Amino acid sequence: MSTILAPGTTAPDFRLHVTPDQQLSLSELRGRPVILAFYPADWSPVCSDQMALYNEVLPEFQKANAELLGISVDGVWCHEAFANDRHLHFPLMADFEPKGAVAKAYGVYRDQDGICERALFVIDKNGVIAWSYLSPVAVNPGADGILDALDRLPR
Amino acid sequence: MSLRVPVSDQDHIQGSPDAPFTLVEYGDYECPHCGHAYPIVKRVQKHFGKRLRFVYRNFPLTQMHPHAESAAETAEFAGSQGKFWEMHDALFENQDSLGGPLYLRLAQQFSLPAAELQAALQAHSFLARIKSDFSGGVRSGVNGTPTFFINGQRHDGPFEYEDLVQAVDSALTRA
Repeated sequence: MSTILAPGTTAPDFRLHVTPDQQLSLSELRGRPVILAFYPADWSPVCSDQMALYNEVLPEFQKANAELLGISVDGVWCHEAFANDRHLHFPLMADFEPKGAVAKAYGVYRDQDGICERALFVIDKNGVIAWSYLSPVAVNPGADGILDALDRLPR
Repeated sequence: MSLRVPVSDQDHIQGSPDAPFTLVEYGDYECPHCGHAYPIVKRVQKHFGKRLRFVYRNFPLTQMHPHAESAAETAEFAGSQGKFWEMHDALFENQDSLGGPLYLRLAQQFSLPAAELQAALQAHSFLARIKSDFSGGVRSGVNGTPTFFINGQRHDGPFEYEDLVQAVDSALTRA
């Protein structure tokens, strides 16, 4: 069992598909805060509630100039169908091949289940982890921790 | 997880300010779980009588529920005319038919000025209040609907009648 990366750690860079024909690197977002929301699976009830909540809270994240990225091991087409069905207005990244490599780098992969943990990271504009949180997998962690962490970032 | 926005006279409150228990619900008029909770809350209120006050705050998940925001606006409009709870109840009782025609029919039923309601919906006059409820909820750890707070502490887990009664009772022990 690996340990979730702690505040103060440089966030490991990654490049993943956000759509079937588009990739995004974490480093491309340098200069602004990034919220990484690792979650176990598209379509599952808790993840759906969590993503629906973040969808509504997006304006508050944007007030902090922060970019939200959802990440799971689901593939791009699955993400696309899920995002369309739920009208999600933020990117879902596919940690699909090699499976879970990014989750492993952040210490939030569940080897026994082959999925990501439900874990949150707030990364500051210099690419350093400012806050991280590992949620019990069946519990929707809400957005209060993220917003508090964004508030604490130096402007 | 605790309520960060204290109950104030800005809230929609049923019951006495002196009640030892306060139950706050963050809800969405289109959410089926809130619809399920609606009659349960009524029973809980009846059970505790004067010992419980109930507060309803808006938490519409608008991307999932296309009518949640307009329903909340309609209830807030009714509230501005002193008819919040009538409208709140009627919206939950007609959860399957939310939308303009229902709002107008209910406005008529409660003798509310239909033209003013339409203007308020068009101008989103009550949206700022709804968004402020929502933000306060997010900050307090509301992660879905309905989310209940009992004397300021988030109630996690099931919200059937027995669960809520027990949770309120144990709030007394804590106090």
